[in-house]
Amino acid sequence: MKTRISTLAIAAGLGFAAAPAFAQDAACPIKVGVLHSLSGTMAISETTLKDTVLMLVEDQNEKGGLLGCELEAVVVDPASDWPLFAEKARELLTVHEVDVIFGNWTSVSRKSVLPVVEELNGLLFYPVQYEGEESSKNVFYTGAAPNQQAIPATDYMIEELGVEKFALLGTDYVYPRTTNNILEAYLKDQGVADADIFVNYTPFGHSDWSKIVSDVVALGADGKKVGVISTINGDANIGFYKELAAQGVSAEDIPVIAFSVGEEELSGLDTSNLVGHLAAWNYFQSADGEANEAFVAKWKEKMGGERVTNDPMEAHYIGFNMWAQAVEQAGTTDVDAVREAMYGQTFPNLTGSVAEMLPNHHLTKPVLIGEITEDGQFDILTQTDPVPGDAWTDFLPESAMLTSDWKDLGCGMYNTQTETCVQTKSNY
Amino acid sequence: MMIRTFKTALVVTWLALGAVQAQAGPVQDLLQEQGALIEESSRRTIGPAIEAIVDSGLERVQPVLQAWQDKALWIDAEGRFWRVIEKDGDEILVDVDTGAEAGPADTAAMEQIKPNSGIRALIGTALVQFQLSDPNPARRRAALESITRDPEPELLAPLRASIETEDDADLLARKVRLERLLTARFDEDEAARVAAIEALSTDAAVETRAALNPLLASRMVALPDGETPEGNVARELSPGGDRLSRAAAYGALVDAGLAPPRPSDAEIRAALEANRANGEVGGVAVAALGDPQARARAYDALAAEGLVAPRVEEADVEAALAAHAFFDVYAEPSAAVTDAARAALTSIGIRVGAMKGVDIGLDALSLASIYFLAAIGLAVTFGVMGVINMAHGEFIMMGAYTAYLVQQIIPDRTLSLIAALPAAFVVTFVAGVAMERLVIRHLYKRPLETLLATFGISIALQQLAKIVFGTQARPLTAPDWLGGAWIINDVVGISHIRIAIFVLALMFLGFFLFLMKRTRLGLETRSVTQNPGMAASVGIDPGRVNMLTFGLGSGIAGIAGVAIGLYAKVTSEMGADYIVQSFMTVVVGGVGNIWGTLAGAAMIGGLQKGIEVLNPSNTLAAQTWMIVAVIIFIQFRPRGIIALRGRAAGD
Amino acid sequence: MTGSFLKRNPSVPVVLGLLLLGTLAVAAMAASGGLSTSFVKTLGMTLCLALAALAMDLVWGYAGILSLGNIAFFALGGYMIGMWLMTARTEIIVAESLAGQAIPATPQEIRDAVGGQIFGVVGSADFPAIWAFSGSLPAQLALVVLVPSLLALVFGWLAFRSRVTGVYLSILTQAMTLALALYLFQNDAGLRGNNGLSGLQNLPGLSAVPQATVSLWFLWGSALALGLGYLLCAWVVSGKFGAILRGIRDNEARVRFLGYPVEGFKLAVFTLSAAITGIAGALYYPQAGIVNPAEMMPIASIYLAVWVAIGGRGRLYGAVIGAIAVSLISSFFTSGKLPDLDLGPVRLVWVDWWLVMLGFSFVLVTLLAPKGLGGLVDLWTQRRRPERHGADLGPDTGAFREKEAEA
Repeated sequence: MKTRISTLAIAAGLGFAAAPAFAQDAACPIKVGVLHSLSGTMAISETTLKDTVLMLVEDQNEKGGLLGCELEAVVVDPASDWPLFAEKARELLTVHEVDVIFGNWTSVSRKSVLPVVEELNGLLFYPVQYEGEESSKNVFYTGAAPNQQAIPATDYMIEELGVEKFALLGTDYVYPRTTNNILEAYLKDQGVADADIFVNYTPFGHSDWSKIVSDVVALGADGKKVGVISTINGDANIGFYKELAAQGVSAEDIPVIAFSVGEEELSGLDTSNLVGHLAAWNYFQSADGEANEAFVAKWKEKMGGERVTNDPMEAHYIGFNMWAQAVEQAGTTDVDAVREAMYGQTFPNLTGSVAEMLPNHHLTKPVLIGEITEDGQFDILTQTDPVPGDAWTDFLPESAMLTSDWKDLGCGMYNTQTETCVQTKSNY
Repeated sequence: MMIRTFKTALVVTWLALGAVQAQAGPVQDLLQEQGALIEESSRRTIGPAIEAIVDSGLERVQPVLQAWQDKALWIDAEGRFWRVIEKDGDEILVDVDTGAEAGPADTAAMEQIKPNSGIRALIGTALVQFQLSDPNPARRRAALESITRDPEPELLAPLRASIETEDDADLLARKVRLERLLTARFDEDEAARVAAIEALSTDAAVETRAALNPLLASRMVALPDGETPEGNVARELSPGGDRLSRAAAYGALVDAGLAPPRPSDAEIRAALEANRANGEVGGVAVAALGDPQARARAYDALAAEGLVAPRVEEADVEAALAAHAFFDVYAEPSAAVTDAARAALTSIGIRVGAMKGVDIGLDALSLASIYFLAAIGLAVTFGVMGVINMAHGEFIMMGAYTAYLVQQIIPDRTLSLIAALPAAFVVTFVAGVAMERLVIRHLYKRPLETLLATFGISIALQQLAKIVFGTQARPLTAPDWLGGAWIINDVVGISHIRIAIFVLALMFLGFFLFLMKRTRLGLETRSVTQNPGMAASVGIDPGRVNMLTFGLGSGIAGIAGVAIGLYAKVTSEMGADYIVQSFMTVVVGGVGNIWGTLAGAAMIGGLQKGIEVLNPSNTLAAQTWMIVAVIIFIQFRPRGIIALRGRAAGD
Repeated sequence: MTGSFLKRNPSVPVVLGLLLLGTLAVAAMAASGGLSTSFVKTLGMTLCLALAALAMDLVWGYAGILSLGNIAFFALGGYMIGMWLMTARTEIIVAESLAGQAIPATPQEIRDAVGGQIFGVVGSADFPAIWAFSGSLPAQLALVVLVPSLLALVFGWLAFRSRVTGVYLSILTQAMTLALALYLFQNDAGLRGNNGLSGLQNLPGLSAVPQATVSLWFLWGSALALGLGYLLCAWVVSGKFGAILRGIRDNEARVRFLGYPVEGFKLAVFTLSAAITGIAGALYYPQAGIVNPAEMMPIASIYLAVWVAIGGRGRLYGAVIGAIAVSLISSFFTSGKLPDLDLGPVRLVWVDWWLVMLGFSFVLVTLLAPKGLGGLVDLWTQRRRPERHGADLGPDTGAFREKEAEA
């Protein structure tokens, strides 16, 4: 392994011309692991990401590969089975010996994979918005942390929509639970009373929304403007929005801002009754700009005209390109070298600004708020400057004093009060 | 892209011809003046801009505000404002001052002003005074909606003024009602307010409660014993009671500067850490500070030296709470108003409570009918024939996908629904018959193995659906007449699709009863179920009867799939969501009896909703406890609510 | 006595011998680098699944109770051992991190810090009451057996007492599993909700030992557990107890009329099966790395039954063969290593089509080979059927019980 690194370093030192010579050596082709569920409940979201990575790999190969090597995608199917994620990650790293993994959607699958990538020193790019409160040396979080989606969206509701009373509706799993915990703490900081926060959790795939929507409508009885913050996941949204439409809840009366509803989810719905409800993401397909137009056109050409793009796809787009740059810069696919090269790496995102990889393994991302339109797309109302992602939220007492800095402190869970590193592995 | 370039070219030609002449007019100037604020488009800062536009008193302000609200206000490259309207599919520029059309709009080169819904509401409020007496009833209605959303004191006068001239009966009633709501909140005359409040006391609408509840807003005041607070006192509070916890009471005293704060464990720890000297703190060795009592001693020593604030013991808290009194004081100064509002809200509360009961009842009924619909096919195949069909859920799914396909072919939603119901029946009937002939026929004597075989079919069908239709949910949309809700009042209401499911469930119940009791097939089915040998000997072909009955049960599942897909979602996993509940419905109700299935569905739906009411924040818990309750119930009535007796009971 | 035991269970020496040989071979290949750690783990987990299938066969194949609740016992075993693994590992980490502080931590602070690490993921920091014994390995090991057994005992007592049998019992056990899964999905249940317990492959205090070694330990542990479990099950089903169980399976009413306390026998075998399954789970999840409520969704419990059916129910080696065959083939097909087949209009992507094939293979096995894979052994051993001159064993004329009764 050592020798390979030094060969690579020399190869890089000699410049690009040396690379093809190297290409005949051990590391070709460069293997890209894809760890997304292709069957089971999560296939609905994750197959799209698998196709995205395959498209990115294809693109990169058209551009001549990396370090003179072809890229080869290795696709495995963890089948929405969380233990299987760990098994497949181990298989990717030890049997296929991939250089990088793009994968996972749910938090629980990520938690399952974490010990494996840390043990085997792998490199994982995780593309989905998540609840934070985690930092792993071996994972780059290209999705939004709570301060890049949930907090700005809540601010938007308070300041722009004048919402005084909040219904936090979520599917019962970790992302909604933790996000809602953070939001409750944040709202209380903002002076919202306990009684003005209504929380409800429903199971995956819930379809009987009538009572919950009635409960939300009834919240308006004390004369305060009610808003819904939805962390409802996947299919359950279809029933939820159908019920909202049926009960005639308009976005003007009770705006709903969703963190897990994107273009993909809306494609299963007739949106004419949902116009005006909101979503907060770091990317919408409707973003202006040539890079986005090209990306969308390429996607539609590959997958079919009716397919849409969404935020996690952009996260993979940024993550993949940054990784490719870091590999070029490091002159090797060695995980430690690439990780060092990742810090400070910049790449233009699809919404017109530039994403930067921070030492805490998060990106800077702009926060976009969009209104649902009749054609199942989003009309972007506001777009902030890029916000640096924060692994540990400032709004929960347990994590307010924690920070993550893998570059200088070499620690993902650093207690700034006692100035000690709590642990260098992640908390799974 | 092509179209855009073409458009640009078109506009350039237009410009070259000098057709577009933006007249500088007062409205344009005004908008330019406020341009920065308008472009910033934030609710926090937009107020002055809207005010300036409204206060200008210009004649053409109203259409501009309306265009702004409708996202139809644009800025061109030179920073001039235009309204853009759509005419025959083309976008046309309209001058903000004259209202004259000025040729096609090159929207690619222009910037659209996109007010968010907060700003739209502010614009709406500003528009109220123009719209209240607008000749167009739709505008007047929009104005009333704006008032409902943001009731402001200054809207009371224009609203009153507009009542006299109102000729539309509906709108008049609405205006009178809004006038009363605003009077209750904002009128300066106390007697008028009390009268308005009393008139509202029989009205359970959310907006009424929304108008009355703010009148009772109160804040807590802590005072040394003996003093009475100023203002309209609601009540005195006792710490540790329902309304005020001891911790909150002490916190209020600390906030008011009436008591010292309690240092937290973390603060004590930090203080100890800061005061370390020579390996000890306050005379206690640092190494011993792992013991809480040692920490307390060390901290007390520091406090005695005056280095830190002393600890507050439980007894000190007790004494401080005893020495102070706590009051709730209304923000509203008039006691007459708060008394009236409280009385009105109490009487409304009773009504709302009763209506909520009705609403929950409706919800439970609706959920029961959904479970019944999902289970009724199973009542045929499992209840009558005794076949465990784990693929029942997949028949529901097939029905829903059939409806989706039909909707792709027939765009008219009503027609497609009419076509989808028989289509779904046919598809699942055929699938059911095929399954019966190929698999189940061979397994009649081995019920547990039927379970395995049909489970295999279930996962195969589910995966096939994924391969064919993809993993995304497919849109299946109800026609408009099924889209809304039957709203009795703000509390009681039920969506049309749920009513339709209820009706469908009733129809199936009738159909099932008719089939079993009145038709030859029903007679044959019953006889084959009870004694196949005897049935065969009187000339009934048990194979044919079983095949038809199974097909029928599957077909009904297909139709249920259409209904469930319309109300929830169409995915490959939708059937799996219902399978356990469906079996439970049939088992709880009592196998072999349709009334039992009905009772089972009613019980499961009722339980689920009943438990949800107890814990509204956790629907998952309601499902959990509902299943536990069902399990316990079956222990006491193992044959279900309505158990068959005698020979029909079989084994 | 041993002689007669072996005589009645000729499969015991064969199965144990093959198990020993297989494990030795795998260990040798792994040691020489011929097998990847992930494959060794897969094999170790497969042995645990085989043990669970064995317990399933005990209740279903021998006592006729198709319990769809066994997967719940399996997961509960995993949860119980997982609680200790997480607590112990986190305590070491916390102790290290607190050691660097200026003031020694109070016991409460240590407990809070451990709680914060474990439950921070679900936005809490306090240990729920059910974690009271999580610091003690012996206590949690005892709970691995006690919790599933107790659940089986209570549930079985209720169900058997009111004579819930056959399909009804299956549906009821499935409902129990669903209720438990839904309960554990809630964060309030105190077992970290949907995330479950993770990082279980890292054994406390053994962070220096590579996973390659740990996986071998678990392989041996699982093989040992399966061997012992097989012996125990064989012993249970071969004596008088086993005869009564088969009697209950074939005609419960007759056994009852003969004066046997049928409920007691069923309860005993159901509880025993739960205890064995719990142990299997406790060995499985440290290899899988994570245990969470999705593990016990209804579909998983049916899989367990399917393995037994495919292997051949009513014979212990059948369950073992079924579990090992199906789960290994399954992981082979989902590995993505097979190239896609281009069949003109349809492109056969194995990852997609595997489930379809698996589903239809259930149908084929139940229809065409009701004896399952274990039936192949019959061809080989040429076992003679007891001659009954066509007489029935029980009232169900078409049942294959006559053939099963040979076991």
